[in-house]
This record gives sequence, structure tokens and C-alpha cells, in this order.
Amino acid sequence: MAQVSSIADEQISTPVSSSKSITLRIARYNPEHDDSSMFMEFTVPCEKWTTVLEAILEVKKYFDHSVAVRYSCRQATCGSCGMIINGKPRLACFTKISELNSDVVTVEPMNNFPIIRDLAVKFERLFDTHQKIKPYLIRDDTEIESDEKEFLQSPKEVEQYIQFANCIKCGLCNSACPTMATDSSFVGPQALAQAYRYVADSRDKGKDSRLKIIDESHGIWRCHFAGSCSQVCPKGVDPAMGIQLLRGYLLGFRS
Amino acid sequence: MTQDEHKEGIGGMFNPTRYGIERVAYWLMRLSGLGLLAYFIAHIYETSNILRGQVGWDEMMQMTQTLEGHIILAIVIGMCVFHTVNGVRVMLGYGGIGVGKPARPDYPYEPASQNYRHKIGIYSSIVLAAAAMMYGLAVMFGE
Ligand code: SF4
Ligand code: FES
Repeated sequence: MAQVSSIADEQISTPVSSSKSITLRIARYNPEHDDSSMFMEFTVPCEKWTTVLEAILEVKKYFDHSVAVRYSCRQATCGSCGMIINGKPRLACFTKISELNSDVVTVEPMNNFPIIRDLAVKFERLFDTHQKIKPYLIRDDTEIESDEKEFLQSPKEVEQYIQFANCIKCGLCNSACPTMATDSSFVGPQALAQAYRYVADSRDKGKDSRLKIIDESHGIWRCHFAGSCSQVCPKGVDPAMGIQLLRGYLLGFRS
Repeated sequence: MTQDEHKEGIGGMFNPTRYGIERVAYWLMRLSGLGLLAYFIAHIYETSNILRGQVGWDEMMQMTQTLEGHIILAIVIGMCVFHTVNGVRVMLGYGGIGVGKPARPDYPYEPASQNYRHKIGIYSSIVLAAAAMMYGLAVMFGE
């Protein structure tokens, strides 16, 4: 018992780094009754480990609870909290204020996604394009029917697609893409990277049908390899690589 | 651009300041492509002046011998060289060549497709375009 209290005492007396404040500028817009968006500024305390999401939640808690923001896991896993932070698409829960090197942090809703309110955007289109490329294994037999209990893969075969399976559908890549900026029908880097993820999976037999889906006028050919998608991806998916490898199949460089 | 769709629009597409040299290359490639298309149309008009006979042709040639004509031609040389060299880089990338190999991603997740080979390709295209422009200017103004 005595030991427990001494540990507790020690933790209380441990000095924490000195707190500073930043100005958080939040874009406010409600499509139901606003003509355009405007910024509201809040002075928020922050430590070197404070994330942008925590700063926004601080605002919701103490200044204005009506700020609309979507989040869930707070650990870069659910893909809910994508937004434009100081001009670039990032995950709010994965971006520390200290790494932005600025006393002013501006948060805006992701580009190329319709706004629901403030920082929350609609994901319907991303989910539709994701679904369009058939994000599941296509083959005639199943693991239940097969004599082998499960479809085995070697570590090398897994390596062909595992980085693309890391995608959390956060939409940052679609927000950074220059083609998405003007083309409402482009299938987008997220869905294209997922098409590669399944095409490269040795268990999958749906390559031809997937290539057919993306080989159209607003499909893979609209990608100009600007690479911005890969630069903003928080999970190392590297959609630009997946898209070029996928295009290699259509151009006959890969089989 | 409707607020509904919240698309970044042409301004966002052409903004080269946020995503490194690869986005600058994308911007230069589009700009030089449009510039070359405009030059191609102007060039057809220019050479069609031969139909006006010797006088018409000489008049048109005079226009290219002015300061503005030299500068425009130097820009065309730069656009042509950049578009060609960077075009080879992009075409190789389109075939999946030089974009890295898939692997288990490790933090901090440096994207393999944005590798030094492509960066060297982009910087080389810019340097070669600048050198060709300077050579062109030296030839034209040295006449
Ligand atoms: S590819 Fe990366 S940036 Fe795009 S949705 Fe998936 S995790 Fe997000
Ligand atoms: S809250 Fe889940 S990814 Fe940020």
C-alpha cells in the first residue's frame, strides 16, 4: 500500500513541459443556411503532445460545443478525422500541433468532399467508388468448400498487397488529388489503390473484371502521376505506386 | 464550383506549392502541354502564310525576328524540352517502372513511388529545359 502511494506521489510531482497557447482557426459552414464559410478563432492551450483533434475537442468542451467534427478511434485507425490542417489534408488525431511549427493552426473540411457541416464531410462517393472496384476476393470456390482448409499464401505473396490493405478509407488521398479537384466522376486514388490491392492478391481471380471497371474515360487514365495522394496518406499505402503498377497490367508491362 | 461539391477547382489543381517537386512537375507538364498546343496551332497559321507568296512569307518571318519573337521561341524550346524529358519519366512510371516495389510499410511511411530516381528525372528535365532555352537565346541574339 505504502509503495502504491509513493508511486502516486512521484507521478504528481513529475514536472510536465510548460504549456503554451495557439490560435485555432476553425472553418464554420452550414450548407442549410450559410452562403459561404467563415473562420472562428479560439485560443487553446497545448502541450508538445497535443493533437489537432484534442485542440478541437477542447474548443467543443469549453468554448463552442456546436463545432461539427467527425472522429472515433483517436489513433489513426478509423479514418474519420481527415481535414485540411494548415493547407494540407491530414488526420487530426495523428497530427501533433508541435509538428506544424506554427502558432496559428487553421482547420478546414477536406476538399473534394461535400460538406455536411463545419469539418464533417460526406463520404458517400468514396464508399461508392470503393464498392465499384469489388473490394473482395473473387473466385468460384470458397475456403469452406475447398479441400485445403484455407487459401495459403507465402510471405512474398502477402507482401505484394499488404501495404495497400492498410487503407483506412480516410479520403486524404482523394482530397489531395489534382484530378479529383476538377473531375466529379474520376474514380480516385483510394479506389484505384484498392483495385490493385485485390488484383495483386494471389488468392483473387477477378483481375480481368476489375481492370475492365477502371479502364474507362473517368478511370485510371485520368491519373497523371502527380503523387500527392501518396504524400498525404497517413498509413503508407502509396496509392500512386498501386495505380502505376495497375496501369502496367493494362499497358502489357505486367501479366 | 458549387459549395455543394466543395471541389478544389482549377486553382487547387494548379497550385504547385504544397506537395513537393512532383506536384511542381505535374503543374509544369500541364502548362507546357497547353503551351505547346497553342504553339502548334500558331505554327500552322504561321507556315500557312506561304500561300500568300514570297511577300507574305517574309512578313511573317520578320515577326519572329523581333525581341518578343525570340523570347516566345525560347519559351517554346524550354516547354518542348521539359515536356519531352519529363514525359519519358512519366511514361516509364505509367508502366510501373521505377515506382518502387510493394513492401510491408514501416513508420514514418515514406512513399516508395516518390523516390530519388523520379526526383532526379524531374530536376534533370528542368535543368535541360533551362540549358536549351539559354542556348536558343544565345543563338537567336547572337545572329
Ligand atoms: S490510401 Fe491512404 S490516404 Fe487514401 S484513403 Fe487509404 S489510408 Fe487514406
Ligand atoms: S479519429 Fe480515427 S483516424 Fe482519427
